[in-house]
Amino acid sequence: MKVDQISIFLENKPGGLERVTRILKEANINIRTLSIADTSEFGILRLIVNDVEATVRVLKEDGFRVSRTTVVAVEVPDRPGGLYSIMEVLSAHGINVEYLYAFVEKSGENAVIIFRFGNPDQAIDVLIKNNLTVLPGAKLYSL
Amino acid sequence: MIYNEEFETLPREVLEALQFKRLQQVLQRVYHTVGFYRRTFDAAGVRPDDIKTLADLSRLPFTSKQDLRENYPFGLFAVPMSSVVRLHASSGTTGRSTVVGYTKRDIDTWSELMARCFVAAGLTKNDIIHNAYGYGLFTGGLGAHYGAERLGASVIPMSGGNTKRQIMILQDFGPTAICCTPSYALNLAEQGRAMGVDMRSLRLRVGIFGAEPWSDQMRDQLEDQLAIQALNIYGLSEVMGPGVAMECSEGREGMHIFEDHFIVETIDPETGAILPPGEEGEIVFTTLSKEAFPLIRYRTRDVARLITAPCRCGRSHVRMGRIMGRSDDMLIIRGVNVFPSQIEAVLVGIEGLEPHYQLVVDREGTLDTLEVQVEVSERTFANADEVKVLQKMERRIVKDIKDYLGVSARVKLVEPKSLQRFEGKASRVTDRRKL
Repeated sequence: MKVDQISIFLENKPGGLERVTRILKEANINIRTLSIADTSEFGILRLIVNDVEATVRVLKEDGFRVSRTTVVAVEVPDRPGGLYSIMEVLSAHGINVEYLYAFVEKSGENAVIIFRFGNPDQAIDVLIKNNLTVLPGAKLYSL
Repeated sequence: MIYNEEFETLPREVLEALQFKRLQQVLQRVYHTVGFYRRTFDAAGVRPDDIKTLADLSRLPFTSKQDLRENYPFGLFAVPMSSVVRLHASSGTTGRSTVVGYTKRDIDTWSELMARCFVAAGLTKNDIIHNAYGYGLFTGGLGAHYGAERLGASVIPMSGGNTKRQIMILQDFGPTAICCTPSYALNLAEQGRAMGVDMRSLRLRVGIFGAEPWSDQMRDQLEDQLAIQALNIYGLSEVMGPGVAMECSEGREGMHIFEDHFIVETIDPETGAILPPGEEGEIVFTTLSKEAFPLIRYRTRDVARLITAPCRCGRSHVRMGRIMGRSDDMLIIRGVNVFPSQIEAVLVGIEGLEPHYQLVVDREGTLDTLEVQVEVSERTFANADEVKVLQKMERRIVKDIKDYLGVSARVKLVEPKSLQRFEGKASRVTDRRKL
């Protein structure tokens, strides 16, 4: 039920994102969703893509520092209280969120929240037991 | 005014005769007490008895900073530790710093030479000297302190830092002279003005500045902002500490090297050949009177030229011009000596880092800044998908550099291969300071 996310180290300077996206375009890789964590000096670009292996390979070949992280994707109805329905479960079980980001599915009915947990297995367990929809990686990559 | 009129104004031929006599003594002494010198002299096929004139000194091998490091900590001492009353050391990671020792008589000589410097700056026992050189292993603080006491002046042992308190004491104690690095003096002037203090109306009349390279433009700024006469002092811990050479207030052009205690040569840093006086080259010192830590033909790596023309102050000692640069890669950041190799040692000492780095030195306002750009390594980033992990790494590097080198740096993580890769001799330093 886990999802592979790719993280890329980028300096805070013009042209960094352009280089990454050009490499992905040339390798015919589709980005499902992304987020950037930034400081004044550097940023970490996080991607969910349709082909994890190929993405890691082409970016490393071009000299980027790339790491793979396990994240958890949770699907909720795209309406008020959607995100809350997840957070109240996590809070009740004392599970800490390192970071999260979200996107809305093409159908427009559901939102997908990408979570980074210290212990993904434990979080998945809790989410499923509370009847939340955890998306497997394969499903997410092909959305 | 001259502190030791007899020795500071010796006619050239008398001075050289004295130098030669002292040189013979020191060569005999190091040859028989310091294994390193016996080995290097023997390897060069020269014995102390072969040195029959001052010019013969050039037959002896040079001593380098590397030799000092290889004999860390006490390998080059020429007296037993029971005769050593003081130790100082340059900054550095373990094994890379250089340690120097002083006998009671060495401290006495050093104090006299520093007193000569203060008198050359026009100071007397009636002056109050604000000493903002760092006290501790660094020679600056204690060196100037003992000289001021020898002169009989009143010394304020401020040491570095705590700028607001320094400004308060400058106002309240009314020192007439200040010793510190020129950049720190500019910083004091700036901060003082920011606090609403009229820095020109203090009782200060003389500034004795050294331990880092500076320029005539900085001299003009300092003299204008503090309403003082700003004078240049030179020294290095290996040779003694501050007080090896001092500018006189009458001449203000070049620093008199106290030649009754040191022999100076200028050499071509590439070939080691001795250059004629007046030509810019690497400054080489031989100590004539030091007991605990004598040095024979020590390459300072400082590049300057010698001025042999007589000085209007009456001193017969040769002068050295401003330091024009270094013949190695040493940086002086706010008075602290920093070698890129020391930064490298810190980086490789941190788990997961690779020694791909670049140093950018700049001057913001009046203070030197050091930025260390470090490439994010594969290993670091493999477990560092979170900003806080990388920021923790940055803080660790900053702390280690501060702990080992005593200098505050800004650390910037950069992408791999964004730093130039070098073939052979790496030039890892960009110095943007305009002196």
